[in-house]
Amino acid sequence: MIVDLPGTTTAAVNKYLVKLRHDIGAMTLGRVLTLVIVVAETEAEPAIEAANDASRQHPCRVIAVISGKESGATRLDAQIRVGGDAGASEVVVLRLFGALASHGDAVLVPLLLPDSPVVAWWPSQAPVDVSESAIGKMAQRRITDAAQASSPRSEMRRRADNYHPGDTDLAWSRITLWRGLLAAALDQPPYEPVLAANVAGASDSPSADLMAGWLAQALQCPVTRTRTGAGTGMVSVRLTRTSGNIDLLRPDGAVATLSPPGQPVRRITLGRRTLPECLADELHRLDPDEVYAETLTRGLAMVETPHHNQSGPKKAVPPPAREGESPS
Amino acid sequence: MTPTAVSQEQNPLRDPQDKRLPRIAGPCSLVLFGVTGDLARNKIMPAIYDLANRGLLPPSFSLVGFARRDWTHADFAKIVRESVRAHARTPFHAEVWRNLAEGFRFVSGTFDDPAAFDVLRKTLDNLNTERGTAGNHIFYLSIPPAFFSTVTQQLDHSGLSQDAGGAWRRVVIEKPFGHDLASARELNSIVGAVFPSDSIFRIDHYLGKETVQNLLALRFANQMFEPIWNANYVDHVQITMAEDIGIGGRAGYYDGIGAARDVIQNHLLQLLALTAMEEPVSFQARDLRAEKEKVLSAVRLHEDLAASTVRGQYDQGWQGGEHVSGYLDEEGIKETSTTETYAALKVEIDTRRWAGVPFYLRTGKRLGKRVTEIAVVFKRAPHLPFDQTATEELGQNAIVIRVQPDEGVTMRFGSKVPGNAMEVRDVTMDFGYGSSFTESSPEAYERLILDVMLGDPPLFPRHEEVELAWKILDPVEAFWATQGRPDSYPAGGWGPECADAMMARDGRSWRKP
Repeated sequence: MIVDLPGTTTAAVNKYLVKLRHDIGAMTLGRVLTLVIVVAETEAEPAIEAANDASRQHPCRVIAVISGKESGATRLDAQIRVGGDAGASEVVVLRLFGALASHGDAVLVPLLLPDSPVVAWWPSQAPVDVSESAIGKMAQRRITDAAQASSPRSEMRRRADNYHPGDTDLAWSRITLWRGLLAAALDQPPYEPVLAANVAGASDSPSADLMAGWLAQALQCPVTRTRTGAGTGMVSVRLTRTSGNIDLLRPDGAVATLSPPGQPVRRITLGRRTLPECLADELHRLDPDEVYAETLTRGLAMVETPHHNQSGPKKAVPPPAREGESPS
Repeated sequence: MTPTAVSQEQNPLRDPQDKRLPRIAGPCSLVLFGVTGDLARNKIMPAIYDLANRGLLPPSFSLVGFARRDWTHADFAKIVRESVRAHARTPFHAEVWRNLAEGFRFVSGTFDDPAAFDVLRKTLDNLNTERGTAGNHIFYLSIPPAFFSTVTQQLDHSGLSQDAGGAWRRVVIEKPFGHDLASARELNSIVGAVFPSDSIFRIDHYLGKETVQNLLALRFANQMFEPIWNANYVDHVQITMAEDIGIGGRAGYYDGIGAARDVIQNHLLQLLALTAMEEPVSFQARDLRAEKEKVLSAVRLHEDLAASTVRGQYDQGWQGGEHVSGYLDEEGIKETSTTETYAALKVEIDTRRWAGVPFYLRTGKRLGKRVTEIAVVFKRAPHLPFDQTATEELGQNAIVIRVQPDEGVTMRFGSKVPGNAMEVRDVTMDFGYGSSFTESSPEAYERLILDVMLGDPPLFPRHEEVELAWKILDPVEAFWATQGRPDSYPAGGWGPECADAMMARDGRSWRKP
């Protein structure tokens, strides 16, 4: 069910939500958090859809704050979606115009769920310092997505310079399975220190940068970062030990091979994680991610980048990310 | 820069603070005995696929089927595929399937054929070299206990049961763990003769359910429940597991076993243990089991078993919109069968916390609906400063843990009815764990199979618990054996009248779940 409330106030929106709860049954009662999406009009729908999907695991109230033109009359348009149109969540879309456009925080306050965490998510453009932004200040957890920025590398640096506990980036959740596989590989004998590591991935992949930073920070060994064509995502990780190399290689963006030394090559499905999966992963824990912090603020600087332009592995060039998918 | 040291205990990529890193099992293979059984098809195979889909299986994972069929590896893969398509929780991805199916093998043979076990051994050796399963094997005995002895001895003779060079062997068994104390001990000694006790994983799938684990969170992570979780405030506890189905095609297994051995001995007494136990010092397997064993050892039956136990057998009747036949008319059941399909039991727990608080356990087939719940019912307020008429409709407060379906927690308490007069009536407050939370949360078998691979034992009952449960149930079974036929009850209801009479004698009544 979708209800449009043009030219309204937050009090009216709140009243309507309560009325809906009376009419339809207990809706808000089971929600565990408020997810605020700060997004531009053009990118709003895919973001809300992803949030709805993620809400099946984490029932939440989704509030999309869409700032329109700052010139012109001040107006608040609201839209409420519940039931089949909103997954397991209830969605409030707020469109702000005129002077109100830069005061999204003020509109939010009355609509946050009582006594429960607030998570803010910037699906594409995020402020330089998210934790100091008006909406960021309200949130326990602030999710950005460096891969969507026009220059992911400088975006990642901005995140590192302005890191505050509670910040996180979807580029980090995209490599969770990769990290899991590498950690599991080191669980097995022989138990030798890793002497060097190499991470190959797209030149525009902040995930590959984070992977290299994570390895450098955790293993305290030289880590190099090889750049492959834009849009190829994560391509490979090599851990060098005395007994040989562990290679985790995903040339085609879907199936990876893991080759521990002296053992058969193992194939494993390692597709790119979808946006709802990554978002659900982020909503899973609401405390600061210390490992991400270390990786971002210390690990990234420890990675060596070759000066010459590397062409990456000689294998078939992976296809660029499909539309609607972020490079992982 | 000195590279971080790596050892078996210390993996630099596993930071305890890294809470999002998934637990992926190490290389291993799973040998499934009883591939044609319902359990294997409906639960085990789909759970394995779901684990693969979630990226939690090791890349080298291999599944070996063992049965008397004349199948090729491809035939076996087809059977698994059918079961996955029909029962898996997560969507089917051809890519995941292809990678998983590469590790499927089938060994044809009977349980008493040493040659077949030699083939099994060769198959596993080949998997070690072909796929890198590193010599770690799980033997899943999804077969009737009568075959345990043969299979474990064959495994022993073929040298498959011994750990070799750091590799591990684990064996998984399902209920029933015997049919009384003596047979449980015998079964344990059969499996224990071949596998060490910490390699034996007994599956009680109830313990893999989110809601059951949530019971521990509810009790021990909160401050508001534990202070009243004792005899000072609790009047009694009801633990119910009702099924709407009959015995279906399980006549051969069920007749002679009955509801109490099938359900109370394992599921209900485990739920009782988790509800009533003291706080464990940690959630390590050893500490958790210690508390469960303590409370099970304090469970006492009532002296008058005739007044504190009830048996029933379903008769024909209307269930839902369907006419169903009685137990004695089911195919394969003798007309003279005295097997109970409904059992209720009143026990007390001799501890300071629970002194004088009865625990009522009941289970049955062909009851009103399928539901499992734990209801902690509280005493009435010692003084009610209202007119007598104001609280006429007020019942007892209760906390109900709904285990299945519609997982969650319900609290029942009194509230004023709006209006001029003071009138207090029962209302409920619901925590709906099931409606949206669990939509994507794992099945019990996924969790349990992963735990076996990781060697993580807290959710598996130990043999001592099984023995304690039989010690509670054996006197009841012995008493029932002298009592002739159980009372009959119409299908689709809530059990025999004498069950209600048992509660009425105590001034209580069963909840309608």
